[in-house]
Amino acid sequence: MSDSTAIAHGTADAAHHEHPPYQRHHFETIAQQNDATNFAMWLFLLTEIMFFGGLFTAYLIYRNWYYPAFVQGSHQLQIGWGTANTAVLITSSFTMAMGVWSAEMRKKGALVLCLVLTFVLGLAFLGIKSIEYSEKIEKHHVPGFHYSVQSFVNPSSDPEVYNEYHDKPLALDMARHTELYFFLYFAMTGMHALHMIIGIAILGFMIFRARAGAYTTGHVTFVENFGLYWHFVDIVWIFLFPLLYLISRHQ
Amino acid sequence: MTQHQETPEEHEHEHHIVSPKIYVVIGASLLVLTGTTVWASYQEWGVFNPIAALGIAVLKAVLVVLFFMHVKYSTKLTKLTVGAGFFTFLVLIGMTLADYFTRAWGRW
Amino acid sequence: MSDAVTIVNLPDQSTARIPKMNYLTKENGLLSWLLTGDHKRIAILYLISISFFFFVGGSLAGLIRLELLTPQSDLMATDTYNKVFSMHGIIMVFFFLVPSVPATIGNFFIPMMIGAKDLALPKINLLSWYLYVAAGILALYTMASGGVDTGWTFTTPLSTHYVNTHVLTTGMAVFIAGFSSIFTGLNFIVTIHKMRAPGMTWFRLPLFVWSHYAASILMVLGTPVLAIAIVLVALERTVGIGVFDPTKGGDPLLFQHLFWFYSHPAVYIMILPGMGVISEVISTFSRKRVFGYTAVAFSSVAIAVFGFFVWAHHMFIMGISNYAVLVFSLLTMLVAVPSAIKIFNWAFTLYKGSITFETPMLYAFGFMGLFTIGGMTGVFLGASGTDIHLTETYFIVAHFHFVMVGGMLMAFLSGIHFWWPKMTGRMYPEKISQLAAVVTFIGFNLTFFPQFVLGTLGMPRRYASYPPEFQILNVFSTAGATVLGVGYLLPVLYLTWSLKYGEIAGNNPWQATGLEWQVQSPPLTENFPEIPIMDHEAYDYEWLENQKEKEVASVG
Repeated sequence: MSDSTAIAHGTADAAHHEHPPYQRHHFETIAQQNDATNFAMWLFLLTEIMFFGGLFTAYLIYRNWYYPAFVQGSHQLQIGWGTANTAVLITSSFTMAMGVWSAEMRKKGALVLCLVLTFVLGLAFLGIKSIEYSEKIEKHHVPGFHYSVQSFVNPSSDPEVYNEYHDKPLALDMARHTELYFFLYFAMTGMHALHMIIGIAILGFMIFRARAGAYTTGHVTFVENFGLYWHFVDIVWIFLFPLLYLISRHQ
Repeated sequence: MTQHQETPEEHEHEHHIVSPKIYVVIGASLLVLTGTTVWASYQEWGVFNPIAALGIAVLKAVLVVLFFMHVKYSTKLTKLTVGAGFFTFLVLIGMTLADYFTRAWGRW
Repeated sequence: MSDAVTIVNLPDQSTARIPKMNYLTKENGLLSWLLTGDHKRIAILYLISISFFFFVGGSLAGLIRLELLTPQSDLMATDTYNKVFSMHGIIMVFFFLVPSVPATIGNFFIPMMIGAKDLALPKINLLSWYLYVAAGILALYTMASGGVDTGWTFTTPLSTHYVNTHVLTTGMAVFIAGFSSIFTGLNFIVTIHKMRAPGMTWFRLPLFVWSHYAASILMVLGTPVLAIAIVLVALERTVGIGVFDPTKGGDPLLFQHLFWFYSHPAVYIMILPGMGVISEVISTFSRKRVFGYTAVAFSSVAIAVFGFFVWAHHMFIMGISNYAVLVFSLLTMLVAVPSAIKIFNWAFTLYKGSITFETPMLYAFGFMGLFTIGGMTGVFLGASGTDIHLTETYFIVAHFHFVMVGGMLMAFLSGIHFWWPKMTGRMYPEKISQLAAVVTFIGFNLTFFPQFVLGTLGMPRRYASYPPEFQILNVFSTAGATVLGVGYLLPVLYLTWSLKYGEIAGNNPWQATGLEWQVQSPPLTENFPEIPIMDHEAYDYEWLENQKEKEVASVG
């Protein structure tokens, strides 16, 4: 069989016969495999940036057009829950980073603990989210489902919020635009929560595998790459929090 | 692309392991910044309120990207990839908003 | 001038055999194909699926042209006509043009061109194909249940508030197909960065790889914005959130911004891989390295980058601000430059080359002429002054068919013919394929050139009926479409025939450079017995001469 190109005999043979069991055959070295999968995860995160980008574009346009509606809409969100959720997610990013470190240092117990903590914090985030969502549902602030502008044309009818912010009543057309604010609230936090749910599910799988020692024998890329995903979801929230909750708390 | 045979230990030394101390410092900074941005939203800074809020958010995101996601210790390619993503994101937002902001300009 | 009529160099047919061990014979059985990780098998799976969808889309085109034979809407109701052209566009754009070259020729040959054994993520590659098939089945089901009539552009508020056709299911199909595309692009970028063989530097890569790299960047960064646009349309239709509803304060133009932010780069996703094919074919059939390699490589990336800055030229008349019109029009002028650079470079490659006229080269010549016309008319449309008069007329229809059918489809056929011997081990029949190429060229011009005139005369697009004075040009167009149909049917027939009766091709029937031509046809599953070391530049015909002197030719 003729071969017109020079052949790398020595290194190729060695690579073939000495690679770890988790190295796929189309890669020449495990370093190449790790490099490639890490890069692939970053590219996937790029697609996520652009996906959320569309929602951020919509947000920026409508906030600019309907600022008073957005201010009053955001007063309907409880800053306590929002801040708590931000703290929860930041802490979960910390525990996830520690998890990656534990895997790299081959400390199985620490890894499992960190993954479990991340998992629990993720669930806590979702729990707080569902409390917030149910408040919105009760007050008829869900777009498309008997949406009510009562709290905005007549703010004193909503004493909880009124006592803190003393908002002026909005004209009817501006009050209607609060529906756009809440659409963005639900779309952006909902999309974010969907990504959290997927992340938590994968965490569950990872805890199971970590206890079996899968990630503490030198093969840490799965944990590392999942960590990237988890941190990205955290970054999305880092922007959602001020944009949705902190529009103007001083008015 | 060079190929080289590496033992697992060699590979790890080349691949920088970030120490837990850094994670603690960054995590604490993020929590402090969260408190700061909440405090800032109660201040009356006019047009600088949203600027401050976004600025703090960007700072937090940068900390997460550089340290939790290890980009500070990553290859140039990774840094370039992150940059490309944010650049395209900014193009989408910036050029779309440019249309909206100029719609009300004069009659032309 | 050389005496050679052809550069084809086949082994002695009396002793030649297809190599017993190759990627087609490695494993047998349906599951070995449906669960394969082999990029070459996945490429063949894609080839079969996209060909199927091409003919579905083509039949719809036939229906359109049949209706437009007469000025009245007499073949079908206007509502039905709306559905036919919408489905034609959706199927052709998302299920044929976007995956055509990347998913078939790209999947098959990028690993081989860079000296790798497979793509970086074989499982993701297979997932990509399954997503494509799922999306395709959903699209077919939607078509059977009545389709959509919004045009492939789903313009709001028509698609969100005024039609009761299957916008949701079609949107879902496009969403899923989008992810198929994203995963293909992601795979290519990782592979090209991380899996090049030793010595294969960036500037030794075939230009085909550069084109796919640029197209992949567009796939990864652009397609997600289409995804979110579709999600928002779905939410608007189901829940009535008001994001595109003026009565609730929304802006229908927001959808268009998000849609075209993807769909303009999408046209570059479609054309760049075709340009990659043309670089390879023109070089091989002129026996000359591509003129200005660096310029062609960088222009591919430039097209990708600038392609993100021009999308609102599809929205000049829709209500964007005059300042936006000005800026986007200026930027559109810029984006034409890299494409023109490529045409110049190919022309200079031909100059003083030893040109022969095998079928891939005929298609490539067709590409150069027709893409130039299509591209130049694009510049006319990019100038906002002329666009105001020409937009939404048949001028636009002619423009994009010139670049997509006269350009991209010809490039696809060029590539299929060029790499057919490598993929199958057999040559296609040269005479009938040259005939098909010429028939296609004639049919194409007859079909679409009249449409430029129709557009300038004022015939609107997407109309089932038109003023009677436009009929003669429409009749020419439909006649051309019939010829074109024959031209596209012929390859299906003779390529299938060649699988059994074609001549044995051997390793390198075209005496081409490139790593894929240095191994057997069809290739081994692992592509190379040992990873090659690249020690020469791309398109190095002297190196090829040296190799031929050294090697003993053997087949089988």
